[in-house]
Amino acid sequence: MTGTPATDLPLLRIAVLTKRFGGFTALDNVSVDIKAGERFGLIGPNGSGKTTLINCISGAFRTEPSTVTFAGEDITRLPPHVRTRRGIARSFQIPRPFRSMTVVENLMVAVDFTSAAHLSLSTDDHRDRAMAILTQMGLAAKADARVTGLSQVELRKMELARALATRPKLLISDEAMAGLSGSEVDEVLDLLMKLADESITIIMIEHIMQAVMRFSERIMCLDAGKIIAIGQPSEVMANARVQEAYLGT
Amino acid sequence: MKRGSIAFWGAAVLFLALVLLLTQTIANEYWFFASYPILRFIVLAVAWSILGGYAGYVNFGTSAFFGVGVYTAVFLVSTTGAPLPVQIAVAAVIGAILGFAVGLLTLRMQGIFFSIATIALTIVIETTVTNWRALGGAAGIQLQRPPVTAPFHSYVQLLVFAQAVLVVLGVATARYIQNSWIGRGLQALRDDELAAECTGVPTLRLKMVACMISGALMCAAGAPEAMYLQYADPSSAFNLNYSVSVLAMALIGGTAHWIGPVIGAILLGVTQQLLAVTISSEVNVLVLGVMLVLFVVAAPEGIIGLFKRRRRTEGKA
Repeated sequence: MTGTPATDLPLLRIAVLTKRFGGFTALDNVSVDIKAGERFGLIGPNGSGKTTLINCISGAFRTEPSTVTFAGEDITRLPPHVRTRRGIARSFQIPRPFRSMTVVENLMVAVDFTSAAHLSLSTDDHRDRAMAILTQMGLAAKADARVTGLSQVELRKMELARALATRPKLLISDEAMAGLSGSEVDEVLDLLMKLADESITIIMIEHIMQAVMRFSERIMCLDAGKIIAIGQPSEVMANARVQEAYLGT
Repeated sequence: MKRGSIAFWGAAVLFLALVLLLTQTIANEYWFFASYPILRFIVLAVAWSILGGYAGYVNFGTSAFFGVGVYTAVFLVSTTGAPLPVQIAVAAVIGAILGFAVGLLTLRMQGIFFSIATIALTIVIETTVTNWRALGGAAGIQLQRPPVTAPFHSYVQLLVFAQAVLVVLGVATARYIQNSWIGRGLQALRDDELAAECTGVPTLRLKMVACMISGALMCAAGAPEAMYLQYADPSSAFNLNYSVSVLAMALIGGTAHWIGPVIGAILLGVTQQLLAVTISSEVNVLVLGVMLVLFVVAAPEGIIGLFKRRRRTEGKA
């Protein structure tokens, strides 16, 4: 096993992952490799196991040893905050901001706890870093606003910004466009595209098909915890089982 | 050092100097006897708010930590005759260890489950001490105050000064935590524990740290109590009243800023003293209950919440 250069390793490897809740199998034998820098779309009907898979990757759910490997290391025994520090960041399907804080403070939590020198950097430096990310995300004007006063699209962007403030290698966007208008969807999509250009690997879970199709280099479709199709967006869309799962027969 | 820090430490030195000056100028022992409980409650309320306020883990175990502090002093005095600073220091160390143990056992629980576990803890420790013969058991134990050292004229003055030092230490600790990354981490996990984890916050470790610091301060605040009363018995040292009073003080003052528990402790502590002198000490609990209900309804963010709200509305106008 000496001949494999590090660059050929997948950034994230899911290997025969099965997750059961009591008698219910939420994920059944899921295996997939995600390459560094890839734009990966994850689709599937409600209850197909998309969010469960994300929870297994980010550490909210525990899984069997060596089912989840990140940058060549088994991370299944690591708690979520260590995975975040290793470079896995996520947003939540239903936004989970820190409600008692302002927008910039939300990001500062991320900067505080994920920068290697978080003890030596001053609070002002952290604020500057957080502000830089807010500017990048187009939220600078809202920096000192309470998160409870944000609109839906601002809240979605704030969650992505907070995830970004952890300096991720892999960003998982869990339905960041749900409930947004057409132009807002484009706005968030452009942001994600820009991040992908900065060589951040992105897994996008989305129900809005045009968005996933436009964004993804590769799409995986889950149904009832099983992978039913994986490949080029056009191939997956043409797949009979995908159409069946989405449209019924 | 920033301007805020200079002002804070200036005020702290001034406060200690004032206490020292008063011990030299006021002859009437009563004033010291009456102000001691208020200072003790400030330390307890500030300590409580580190875990209960910043992290949102409502701890009913204040009396357990406090009682362990009292009995640490009792143990040290009756076995080695250790001086007061040693009693306080050892109590702080034991408090931190106890905080660590309690944290390991209970901090994986959230919300009401954590609170119930801390009540259970109080009962377990009280029962243990009640059955510990060497510490006096259920009957309690009498203690003799050692002769007082200069510059103080009475032992109570010394105790008041020691508790004043603890107030400064406690408030400085709470202030540091509030303004640092530890405070932001605690606030984040109070708002949403999973989101905090996924943002890189080591939630369990931070809660443990908060529990240890809070426990150390509570135990330290309990240590001088043995000499203050010259007597200790389990049912008063571990009295659940401490837990309830301290919780009420922190909540009435407001837990978003370190000054909140200080204001709450002074307000309720003074009220309790006045009531104890004028009506009866039993009325205390009633007044405490009524005030807590009033504040929960009218000012859920406590007194500092009221001030903030006014500033916000003024800002808009």
